[in-house]
Amino acid sequence: MSSRDVVLGRVRRALADVPHGEGPDDPPVVRDYHRVHGSRTAAQDVDLLAENLADYRALVHRSTAGELPSLIRRLLAERGARTVLVPPGLDASWTAGAGVTLVGDRASSTPRELDAVDSVLTGCAVAIAETGTLVLDGGPDQGRRRITLVPDHHLCVVRVPDQVVGSVPEALPRLAPERPLTWISGPSATSDIELDRVEGVHGPRTLEVILLASSRAAD
Amino acid sequence: MSGTYLGMPDFPRAAAAATRDTRLRANLTHATHTIRDKRAKAVAELDDWAQLRAAGAAVKDRTLRHLDHYLEQLEAAVVAAGGQVHWAVDADEANRIVTRLVRETGEREVVKVKSMATQEIGLNEALAEAGIRAYETDLAELIVQLGDDLPSHLLVPAIHRNRSEIRDIFRREMGSWGRPAPEGLSDSPAELAEAARLHLREKFLSAKVGISGANFMVAETGTLVVVESEGNGRMCLTLPETLISVVGIEKVVPRWQDLEVFLQLLPRSSTAERMNPYTSTWTGTTDGDGPRTFHLVLLDNGRTDTLADTVGRQALRCIRCSACLNVCPVYERAGGHAYGSPYPGPIGAILTPQLRGIEGALEASLPYASSLCGACYEVCPVAIDIPEVLLHLRERVVEGGPVTRRGARTVLQPAKGHAAERAAMRAAAWAFDHPGVLRAGARLAARTRRLHPRRLPGPGRAWSATRELPAVPAESFRDWWQRTRGTSSERQGGAK
Repeated sequence: MSSRDVVLGRVRRALADVPHGEGPDDPPVVRDYHRVHGSRTAAQDVDLLAENLADYRALVHRSTAGELPSLIRRLLAERGARTVLVPPGLDASWTAGAGVTLVGDRASSTPRELDAVDSVLTGCAVAIAETGTLVLDGGPDQGRRRITLVPDHHLCVVRVPDQVVGSVPEALPRLAPERPLTWISGPSATSDIELDRVEGVHGPRTLEVILLASSRAAD
Repeated sequence: MSGTYLGMPDFPRAAAAATRDTRLRANLTHATHTIRDKRAKAVAELDDWAQLRAAGAAVKDRTLRHLDHYLEQLEAAVVAAGGQVHWAVDADEANRIVTRLVRETGEREVVKVKSMATQEIGLNEALAEAGIRAYETDLAELIVQLGDDLPSHLLVPAIHRNRSEIRDIFRREMGSWGRPAPEGLSDSPAELAEAARLHLREKFLSAKVGISGANFMVAETGTLVVVESEGNGRMCLTLPETLISVVGIEKVVPRWQDLEVFLQLLPRSSTAERMNPYTSTWTGTTDGDGPRTFHLVLLDNGRTDTLADTVGRQALRCIRCSACLNVCPVYERAGGHAYGSPYPGPIGAILTPQLRGIEGALEASLPYASSLCGACYEVCPVAIDIPEVLLHLRERVVEGGPVTRRGARTVLQPAKGHAAERAAMRAAAWAFDHPGVLRAGARLAARTRRLHPRRLPGPGRAWSATRELPAVPAESFRDWWQRTRGTSSERQGGAK
């Protein structure tokens, strides 16, 4: 008998008390918790996102489409970034005139090559206001999971309010489970030494978020 | 410490040693009080916490009641997404599977993200025997590994170490594992974290095999979830070519939607954050992103025995948040090592005896490692009634009864060491049923109190050896009540 059969056999014998008529979807789960906490307008969700991102020590900036390239240029210059990783589907206009060397993420690039890059610039899939969370799903403007992990500086552009949801329950239906997801809430951190919080252990030590107002909202 | 929990003394003896360690107690008290206060604030932010908690418990209960169904569904989904699924009945089998999988890659080193399941089965030791070095990459686990120590907390395994101890360990040991600690390393947490970053980055960038656990597995999609803070998890999950995840069978949840409950309950309960810095989800393998080969090892190792106990089953709801440790007065004084397993604190006191059986001295002592104050139940995000299970297990220890061990029903004999306690409890029950006897006994005790030994003789010695015997008052409570509040017939003045 395989170990699979042994374990499943043990599970079935252990559950002798469960009535035969009870199906896998029984007993019903009461989901009377809130879909979202409080009531906010889309603009208030964006404000809350900014507040919670900052509370977890991400640096938050706001921008319109027109201002974006100059903001990106300034933020990279402030960090002294000379090489910037970009995913293949990133809007090329964002980095126009940034005065940096763009490094495309290639499947063949090794972790050591990524380690030599100063910054990474990506978009995002969904942002969650209540928790201050950015979710990346590997879309063309976000790239592979490793590119937002190895460089020490991550600059992430969130289109607001389109990409912002209020809460975790509102985020999950907008995400595809078959894609690898990375949820990011502030920079890498540890509290393992006397519970003192220290930013930047293995992931980026600096997370900067640009809240990019859609042209509709900017009108 | 030798890096293994085997041969640990039973809880009372280990706790007696720990409570005399003033530095340990100071480190623990600071840490648990800090985190419990933060947790209370994080939970208070959500006005539907009670509903989330009930839903979390209900989802887990439903899963456990149909675990066979959900495991088969999970397996099919993982395989469909390009993963390979292995089943392990016990620790030995899980270690054999993982060792074989690592050997097949030809690699002799692996990077690990903190995993309770692999600690439970002693995977690092098993790999070492096979000539494979496993590097722990969580900062606290690194401290524990370099210090040849054992974890003492679910969430912050090096909670028993303070910054100067950590600096000493880094200075002394880092060089023999890889990149040495920087010259002149101070004990500031930022410098210590930086030293760990430099030390471990060497490993991450060259690692070909990663080993993880998982916080959740979604049956309908085959998705695994790892929740962490430092990014070492992301490193282990995405940079290596081969990923091996060892996960207890109780970690499955039915649906993608169920994550909305647990991703709210877990961070606030464990690190007291709205959300932990990093959560990674993956479903099998993805072309061009992350490991090319993914193995899931589903671990039983006593979980089905726990499932067979209709009272104790609820322990399998546990999402390893560690909130119960941080509120427990016994944990705060005894420390995590006293529990003799990777699962310390109140949850360990009910989980370890169920996973391993209560025949051993340590396991039989764990249900008593509690004051039954109920604080652990109050904070548990999936509402595990830990005091109920503790009492249930105490009854098993003292009275014996039907249990399931390695899948087989058997009848447990009462534990030998508890014969005197059993007799004393029966005598007490009889005395409480006979008020005259009780009254006479209490008066006798009061009048002979100067003659009482500080340690009990005979079969009571084991009981009193680990307890401070309370002084018997000069007057029994009944006599005091009669004297001060009693009716006139027995009132003898003095009170007014």
